[in-house]
Amino acid sequence: MNMQGKKVIALGERDGIQGTALAECAKSAGADVVLEMTHCFV
Amino acid sequence: MAERFQRDELVVLLGTPNAESSRLYALTVKEGDPSWAGALAGTQLGLDVYHITEPEVKAAIPSAIYEEHVALMTMVLDVDDIATAVRGVRNGQS
Repeated sequence: MNMQGKKVIALGERDGIQGTALAECAKSAGADVVLEMTHCFV
Repeated sequence: MAERFQRDELVVLLGTPNAESSRLYALTVKEGDPSWAGALAGTQLGLDVYHITEPEVKAAIPSAIYEEHVALMTMVLDVDDIATAVRGVRNGQS
């Protein structure tokens, strides 16, 4: 999978992996994060 | 958001904690909300969707960054079930 130049929507979850972590990973892979959020269902 | 960009340049990256929620999120951004309860009911966005723990995603991320942000959680999540669920939706086997 090549994330270089892709626009990434990062949908994290508090009980899983948070949006900020997803965004950091996506950016480091060369993607442009256009939306980042962390849902919480507690 | 999906209307502002071209469909083939967008990727949805999930950090959901189990196979069930991963499948629900993936279905929602690909085929529309399966529960028909939300704003995306009947809206087929057709977006590419991956979970952060899938091997092909892990391979695209520098290992030091992945270790810092994700690796710990992969020890407690059922990554195989999650990957199967998301891959199934991506390949249209939902």
